[in-house]
Amino acid sequence: MFPLEQHILRALDGSVRSLARLITRIENSPDEARQIVKQVYHQGGHAHVVGITGPPGSGKSSLVTELAKAIRKRSLTVAIIAVDPTSPFTGGALLGDRVRMRDLSGDKGVFIRSMASRGQLGGLAQATGAVVQLLDAAGYDVILVETVGAGQAEVDIAAAAHTTLVIEAPGMGDDVQSIKAGILEIADILVVNKADRPGVERTVNALRSMLQLGPTGGTRHHGRIVQNHVTLEEQDPDAWQIPVHKTSATTGTGIAELVDLITRHARHLRDTSQWLEREKQRGQKELEVLLFDHFLRRFRSELPVEYEQQIIEAIARRELDPYSAIDQLLAQTNQ
Amino acid sequence: MNEYKPRILIAKPGLDGHDRGAKVIARALRDAGMEVIYTGLRQTPEMIVEAALQEDVDAIGLSILSGAHTVLVPRIMTLMRENEMADVPVFLGGIIPPEDAAAMQEAGIAGIFGPGASIDEISRFIWDQIRLPNA
Repeated sequence: MFPLEQHILRALDGSVRSLARLITRIENSPDEARQIVKQVYHQGGHAHVVGITGPPGSGKSSLVTELAKAIRKRSLTVAIIAVDPTSPFTGGALLGDRVRMRDLSGDKGVFIRSMASRGQLGGLAQATGAVVQLLDAAGYDVILVETVGAGQAEVDIAAAAHTTLVIEAPGMGDDVQSIKAGILEIADILVVNKADRPGVERTVNALRSMLQLGPTGGTRHHGRIVQNHVTLEEQDPDAWQIPVHKTSATTGTGIAELVDLITRHARHLRDTSQWLEREKQRGQKELEVLLFDHFLRRFRSELPVEYEQQIIEAIARRELDPYSAIDQLLAQTNQ
Repeated sequence: MNEYKPRILIAKPGLDGHDRGAKVIARALRDAGMEVIYTGLRQTPEMIVEAALQEDVDAIGLSILSGAHTVLVPRIMTLMRENEMADVPVFLGGIIPPEDAAAMQEAGIAGIFGPGASIDEISRFIWDQIRLPNA
């Protein structure tokens, strides 16, 4: 096969084979991920990155499929990253999101990649950020990132995407669920999917009242829900009123309108300079992840494996507490 | 354990609706530490090769019980070559009559696993077949 540089050239030139090979390399090797991102980063920055998250069974994959079809009708290209969990016991994974995406096959303007979470807990894989950069540089207009079925706290997607959709379905919890902290807080657009099912209005109302209970009645300012009471969208053009939108992926109801909302959110971010703000948040998160990874690997490379094992055993036997263990480990390496 | 995670596509081409075998294999390979991309039923050769291409899989497992392997397999192998994936091993499961085995191997099939094949056997076969990482 080709060396890395040639794969990069070919991928940027539209070779799906090379693009797919590079994604595998990013997943398998932090060093190659670094080389690849270094070479493609300056070519990116055009794609609109849209995160789709929500509990398992809320219909994320079906909705992503319908969204992709609707976006294609507007002559934009789409890349999809679908993350599924890795088994914590065997390290294996069953990636089944393509089962629901069969309608998209045969369209050269759509690229779908399944990705295993490989032990990351935030709903994405470690490599997701770098893969998004690559797909952006390869020229895809919209990148849809579907997280693993999220429980309540898998919120990493908000820092990786420009626009975050949180998908709920009818009958998945009462109104107390909706005021808990967690994934509902990261939504730019709240979607109630399976709107053909009974109980939709209850779910929509629960989400709407959750938003109204907030300090601003559900507006966002520079990506954060603002703390003071005066902000309303009419008074502050920078604020974004979080919509609660009904869709049915099986009947197609509400899909075109959802694409309109996503487009409107992108325009809102651009018009209010919040696009740059989101890019900064993405950059900050990416930096933290890389720094953590870098220092952990450097730390491990300087530390004898047996020594770390001894420390772990000492903690397990209660001879050493974890905090003192850190002091000892740091003293061992020349940090 | 080996850190490299093979990516395996498990697909059911053609029209038969019996996906239990494919699901058992998909689940077993997952438990063997592999990343299994499962595409579901009624896939055309074009859909299978497109998925293999985008997912950059190390091997493809096809489950066919309809008897249509003599048509489907050569078509898939042709598409694999057209998409620069001639080096990706393809193995077969399901009902493949012994008298067809030679023709399947000639078409480029790397292994055939009928009823009674053990998971260990299939898993070992995959490890033997896949190209080394970063090759």
